[in-house]
Amino acid sequence: MSARAATAALLAAALVYPLLFFGDGAWLVRSNYAIDVGMLALFAAFLGQSWNVAGGFAGLTSFGHVLFFGTGAYCSTILHVGHGVNPWFGWVAATTAGAALGAAVGHLTFRVGLRGSYFALITLAFAETFRVLANSVGFTRGGLGILIPLDQRAAALQFHDPIWFYYLALALCASGLAIAWWLTRSRFGTYLAAIRENEDAARALGIDVVRQKVRCLALSGAMAAAGGTFYAQKYLYIDPSIAFGVDRSVEMLLVAMIGGAGTVFGPLVGAGAVVALGEATRALSDARGLGLILYGLLLVAIVGFLPNGLVGLVRAARRDA
Amino acid sequence: MSMQTGRNSISRRRFLAGSTAVAGALAMPRIAGAQAAAVRIGLIHPVSGFVAYNGQQGRLGAVMAIDEVNQAGGIRALGGAKLEALLGDSQSKVEVGVSEVEKMNEAGVAAYVGCFQSPVGIAATQAAAKYGTPFVIDVGASDALVSRGLTNVFRLKPGFGRCVDDAIATLGELNKAAGSPAKSVVLVHESGEFGTGTAKLLAGKLPSIGLEAKELIAHDNPTRNFDNVALKIRALRADIVMMSNYQNEYVLLAKTLLQQKVNVAAMFSVLGGGFNYKFVREQPDVAEFMLDHNHWFNPKSTKAQALKKAVEAKGGLFTFEVYLAYNAVMLIADALERAGSADKAKLTAALAASTWTPEIMPYGPTRFVNGQNQGGQGATLQALKGDIEVVRPEAFASAAAVFPRPKA
Amino acid sequence: MLSPDILLAGTINGLLTGAIYVLVAVGLTLIYGVLHIINFAHGSLLMLAMYAAFFLWRSTGIDPYLALPLVAAGGFALGYVLYRCVIGRLSRGKDENILLVTLGLAIVIENAALFFFGGDTRTVEVSWAAETVEVGPAFLPLAKLVSFAAALALCAALGLYIARSDTGKAIRAVARERQGARLVGIDVEATFAISYGIGIACLGAAACLLIPSFYVAPTSGHAFVLVAFTIVVLGGMGSFLGALVGGFVVGVTESLGGLLLGESLGQIGIPLIFILILLLRPAGLFGSRA
Repeated sequence: MSARAATAALLAAALVYPLLFFGDGAWLVRSNYAIDVGMLALFAAFLGQSWNVAGGFAGLTSFGHVLFFGTGAYCSTILHVGHGVNPWFGWVAATTAGAALGAAVGHLTFRVGLRGSYFALITLAFAETFRVLANSVGFTRGGLGILIPLDQRAAALQFHDPIWFYYLALALCASGLAIAWWLTRSRFGTYLAAIRENEDAARALGIDVVRQKVRCLALSGAMAAAGGTFYAQKYLYIDPSIAFGVDRSVEMLLVAMIGGAGTVFGPLVGAGAVVALGEATRALSDARGLGLILYGLLLVAIVGFLPNGLVGLVRAARRDA
Repeated sequence: MSMQTGRNSISRRRFLAGSTAVAGALAMPRIAGAQAAAVRIGLIHPVSGFVAYNGQQGRLGAVMAIDEVNQAGGIRALGGAKLEALLGDSQSKVEVGVSEVEKMNEAGVAAYVGCFQSPVGIAATQAAAKYGTPFVIDVGASDALVSRGLTNVFRLKPGFGRCVDDAIATLGELNKAAGSPAKSVVLVHESGEFGTGTAKLLAGKLPSIGLEAKELIAHDNPTRNFDNVALKIRALRADIVMMSNYQNEYVLLAKTLLQQKVNVAAMFSVLGGGFNYKFVREQPDVAEFMLDHNHWFNPKSTKAQALKKAVEAKGGLFTFEVYLAYNAVMLIADALERAGSADKAKLTAALAASTWTPEIMPYGPTRFVNGQNQGGQGATLQALKGDIEVVRPEAFASAAAVFPRPKA
Repeated sequence: MLSPDILLAGTINGLLTGAIYVLVAVGLTLIYGVLHIINFAHGSLLMLAMYAAFFLWRSTGIDPYLALPLVAAGGFALGYVLYRCVIGRLSRGKDENILLVTLGLAIVIENAALFFFGGDTRTVEVSWAAETVEVGPAFLPLAKLVSFAAALALCAALGLYIARSDTGKAIRAVARERQGARLVGIDVEATFAISYGIGIACLGAAACLLIPSFYVAPTSGHAFVLVAFTIVVLGGMGSFLGALVGGFVVGVTESLGGLLLGESLGQIGIPLIFILILLLRPAGLFGSRA
């Protein structure tokens, strides 16, 4: 099967999937749970893709990507709850804010030449700074968090039926895939790959390394911020630890790395595996923590036995065939 | 600490099978049997993660209530139908909590009980509202839980608004009776929704009892060190320290204040997360004379004492999560009897009209207004000689309050 | 309201707290300096060591200070085995794999602790832990004075060991140039495992010194992770002197930040130092330029 056919099949499957479970006319069985899990996987894939754009394609390994996620969530929520701005517009504003923040962080860090684990750690510190600020300043309501009023209309970016959040997540995920695909084709993507492989050589070739990296982080930040708004509108409550908690940063890099960093489909495959693993291990055991022990062990096993991620496994199988 | 899941809670494996209707059809005959169909109740607690202990305690209480109902013959109005627990772990994550709601809905739950953390509760109740399934909040301090116009949400215990009012009244009384030795208060609270909300309400109401709120000190979870907080309190020369925080920080703060020789007329917590039998028994010197306004059982109720013994016999602690979750299930059981049906709409109506009296609590008959029970109240407690005594309300008191605390 | 007395007392408190941070960070800086990996399992291994100290105390009544050599030795063994059998083997020398493996290990360890020990808060009650020494305006907890002295001693001992012993020389050689070390006949994998073991042994020592004035629960390692990373970066990755100075700087910053800005906003000092040092002097105070 060619890559194009596989992609089309995948997209068709994702479009049809909720119809199997939705409403009285469900083709298979009515199950909002199945739709919810599908939505979570697509959403995790999108966030993973945002990490992948920077961490995978350009080698900008970040431990603090939740910085952009939380900024997006707070941006649209404060505009909506505090200033009455429609969340659809808020979403645009949040995405822009994410891009601006990405550019700002990139500008600060890349100009002084931070890379590798130094860059990873500084993003972690930025995320923590934002968490402390959100916890302390007035306009975020500090630790009280912000509750978005219940208003289940599409115009208010809230939906009564989970299927619409599913399709919204699918749209995000598809746009993420398109961006990643574009990175494999465009000149910009080539620059990033050159920088990832050997920064000094890239510079010698005349690539403006700092500028390209800043652009890349801005793109990645915009994506994560868009994810933040989606989350806020789905769950209608954010506080500093939900918005800027380190767990989500870890999850973003996890799905990309498990799936295969720097590949177009890595985050999607990784998110599918991580979400399925999470649901399955949670369902298998009542005992406190036992499901998560299993989850952690499987994670270690995947890393140990599939050094190039799950996508690498597929590639190897195709090469053998 | 052993975790009893109880005989009548179905195992995860079967729940998983039952959670999709396809597999559910296979599993059904085993569950149904000869008797009336069991009524399923979804329990959503954070049994892993930062507040795992609290979540486990909540689960324990709910499962004990279900066992008790079943041993007493099940729901009579439904032909002796048994209650069946579905056990859910929110892992302290909002999205996982919602996912559990969806999964349990497909397993056909008649009602939910949860969620400990208010953010999880806010999202979970909203997800359950889609199906019109009643959701009883066992623990969850935020008043936002019951003020959003969702008709399926019920909370038996008082929210922090009511607790603050009662705590303030008690403190005012104690101070006045002692000749008003205390003039000022420092508030120490965790920086999340629960601590900040409680402390802000308290600070606003202290002037009404003639006390000045000198400063609000917010701290993160976890906090590694309270030495500086002690320094500040000493420098402020406050007479009373009021605190609202979770278990770990509560214990660490109390220890530090004693160690740093902060002499105050009282340490008074509101919904103090660490004020429990374990703390008072393991650290009697630290705990002695500490006051706490919290959810508490009626010490004069023989049923409460029996339940306490049963929990302790399992090696557990009789903490507020246990009896609040226990009551949440008992409230649902009572509503099932009144409704004579496990139909969601009928059950919701029966809950809304409930006049059940939780006899193990210092509560009057239940009366829900917008889902919040008006008949509930907390109790003011004091650690005295290594035990916990109820000092207010008078009708339930087991000892007289010591205020101000004797100088060391 | 902030009198000089309070600022002085706050500074002393900060130094004492910083000593605890030093103990946690020393192991991390060694692991980073040699293996060039970010050990995500550091917090959960600290938690595990605190449980070890707790259970030793509860079952046999051994004072955590006396249990220190035992827990440290146990930490070394665990770290060595963990590296040999899990981290080294599964990561196949790829740094990002090591990161994921330690991440997975952290999840496993934390939830195993929850499964076996329960989620409640455990404290060690030893009589002297409540003692204080009055110095000027401050009451200094005895337990923290002891850990202060121990932090100094540990850094000195470790520094000497790495500088003088054969193993230490091998560790330094591997840290500087892996391929070169291999060429001169040093068993690189074994040296990695020993370094990881020593790093975890330091955590064992830290746990025993920490527990009398703290508590342990399955998630209590989290509280120290970002702080430890900050210290390692501030001091210079791989530098013991750096960890020592970095720990004290971070402790004092946190303490004074809390006094001046409030306990919650005051926490911002730690990530801010972190950001500034990375932007202005990424090699840290005592690190050689990477």
